Amino acid sequence: MKIFNYNFKRRLLHKQILSALVIAPSMLMSSHLALADNLPTTDVNKTNLAVTDDTVKVGILHSLTGTMSISETGSVEAEKLAIEQINAQGGVLGRQIEYIQEDGASDWPTFAEKSKKLLIEDKVATVFGGWTSASRKAMLPIFEQYNGLLYYPTFYEGLEQSANVFYTGQEATQQIISGIDWVSKDKGAKKFFLLGSDYIWPRTSNKIARKHIEKLGGKVVGEEYYPLGHTQFNSVINKIKLKKPDVIYAIVVGGSNVSFYKQLKAAGIDMTKEKPLVLTISVTEDEILGIGGENMEGAYAAMKYFQSLPNENNKAFVSAFKKKWGEDSVIGDVTQAAYLGPWLWKAAVEKAGSFDVDKVRAASPGLELDTAPEGYVRIHENHHLWSKTRIARAGDDGQYQLIYETEELIEPNPFPKGYQ
Amino acid sequence: MFSDYTANELTSIFVMQGFSGLILFSVFLLMALGLAIIFGQMGIINMAHGEFMILGAYVTYLTSELFSSYFPTLFSGYFFIAIALAFVVCGMLGAFIEWIMIRHLYNRPLDTLLATWGLSLIMQQAFRSIFGAREVGVTLPDWLMGSYPLNDMIDLPINGFFVMGLTIVITFGVYVLTQKTRFGKQTRAVVQNREMAGAVGINTEKVDRLTYALGCGIAGIAGAAFTMIGSTGPTSGQQYIVDTFLVVVFGGVSSLLGTIAAAFSISQVQSVMEFFLTGSTAKVLTLLAVVLILMVRPQGLFALKVRR
Repeated sequence: MKIFNYNFKRRLLHKQILSALVIAPSMLMSSHLALADNLPTTDVNKTNLAVTDDTVKVGILHSLTGTMSISETGSVEAEKLAIEQINAQGGVLGRQIEYIQEDGASDWPTFAEKSKKLLIEDKVATVFGGWTSASRKAMLPIFEQYNGLLYYPTFYEGLEQSANVFYTGQEATQQIISGIDWVSKDKGAKKFFLLGSDYIWPRTSNKIARKHIEKLGGKVVGEEYYPLGHTQFNSVINKIKLKKPDVIYAIVVGGSNVSFYKQLKAAGIDMTKEKPLVLTISVTEDEILGIGGENMEGAYAAMKYFQSLPNENNKAFVSAFKKKWGEDSVIGDVTQAAYLGPWLWKAAVEKAGSFDVDKVRAASPGLELDTAPEGYVRIHENHHLWSKTRIARAGDDGQYQLIYETEELIEPNPFPKGYQ
Repeated sequence: MFSDYTANELTSIFVMQGFSGLILFSVFLLMALGLAIIFGQMGIINMAHGEFMILGAYVTYLTSELFSSYFPTLFSGYFFIAIALAFVVCGMLGAFIEWIMIRHLYNRPLDTLLATWGLSLIMQQAFRSIFGAREVGVTLPDWLMGSYPLNDMIDLPINGFFVMGLTIVITFGVYVLTQKTRFGKQTRAVVQNREMAGAVGINTEKVDRLTYALGCGIAGIAGAAFTMIGSTGPTSGQQYIVDTFLVVVFGGVSSLLGTIAAAFSISQVQSVMEFFLTGSTAKVLTLLAVVLILMVRPQGLFALKVRR
């Protein structure tokens, strides 16, 4: 035991000495070589990030393996596409982006460990990563302690606002509240059955959903949770049949979706008949690939982006994505939000004229992007995005058809009064 | 909790719930049979069992793609061919693995644990490299989808009938094989006393190889059946492995009856509790009960009385 501690401390000291020896001469060199450039590295990088005259390093941290890989693969592909397009246009501040990719392996402590590696060892200027709220919560202390920057793409439950994170997905009030408003008004739904996977996002989302349902005069007739990776949903489907809700509000995550929707169909619940209606906030086009379009037909989803959106930005984005990743590619809401990350970061860096995290953070609020595939977004002071909410219905081909879209952009409100 | 519902509604719910319990029982039994043969008869701890199941699922996926591209008229029958193919492919891979790795490790249970764990990782990565990290959707033939309405209140899933029927057939087949055939007798002889079995002229190596292949083949059939109810991805095997080991150990190794009894009790307890409590609580309580019973009776429910 004693020997181990001693060796570890010595190794750490060695590492620190070594890194100092490496960085010192490169800093001296860069200040000499950079004089020809308009934006010398010493000006744009005062916090010792991995920036040279020609390149800047960023990190990509998602689950490439494990139960979440079905969902996170799309985010990685989108981020790489955005980086490639930015590099083709000349990069950021004249520097080409080089990404370092790490695997979170659907294991939340691994996310924390890899973030530490990216921030401390690789000194990346920013990280694009995370998917589940559990992974974000695991990474948050690291980013706050080492003052890193994280662009987090998933729609989530809100109740968080960190100076070190930009949330490019919707938070609960944008996604959940608008969805429940629509299904109560347009479909006259009164009785809801809430179902979810057992971790922070579904539980917190259902808490918000329940409060809003009761506020609108509806009733929650059941609320059930199953562990991530669970495959037998026959019991809860029988319970649903017993309670006869108007709406099944489903927040099942990852691979369990495949089991749930297959078993729902096998139990005789035909979602096209809307008795009950299934409204989900966790099934994007990526998940339908594994579930099978015919098992998902007739379900409604509340998101801010669908692959079938008819605007010009989206048409260009979808065709570029398919060209790079294959004609059979599908693009879900989180994939699009992940695509926004590198563009928002580039815009903030160029406005700030620096890669330093504090300056990028200060330059972000109010930043607009009208080339987004979802249309137009704007960064709010609380580091979330103003965006529209849309409701769509799944066809049998794995795609969603748009049914409803909010007129105005919805302001992100991660700490809604009365919902906590 | 039941006061708001009519007697009719309650009966139909109980029928459907009972059926779900039976489906769960069939699922557990089908998963556990392959492992019971390998672990029970041979003492090999096969951590790659889940991956053999997923191999069967991927074979089913490939068969469904093949049929939908080349033989669309025969699509409704492809499932039976897929099951047969899954058995053959997994059996052959099992025989190969036994020849190349397992036979060197017969007296070293901890080493087989490690070796088969490594095998499961290799297989997972092979799936990931060949089929991609994402899950694949297996298209089912129409007659297997949907439900059978018993009356206007009771809907029984058709794939449940199929899984139960398949389980009965396989269990009966395993019983006949181990108890009534010459091969079964040879297997039992090798399990009870390897040296004497060799001395009377039984080719112990061949018996071992065929037994392992059989266990893997049955795992493949289970995996093919599970494309109807679960997801097919590189790591999907991990969803099943814990429950499978639970059933085999709880039932008592080297006992087919024990496996059946364990699958039945665990599935019924879990299914009933899931209905009255929530999913996670039911799982926790079931596992707690199994742990307590194993503490009192570590050899499992039905233990073979052998003189050691």
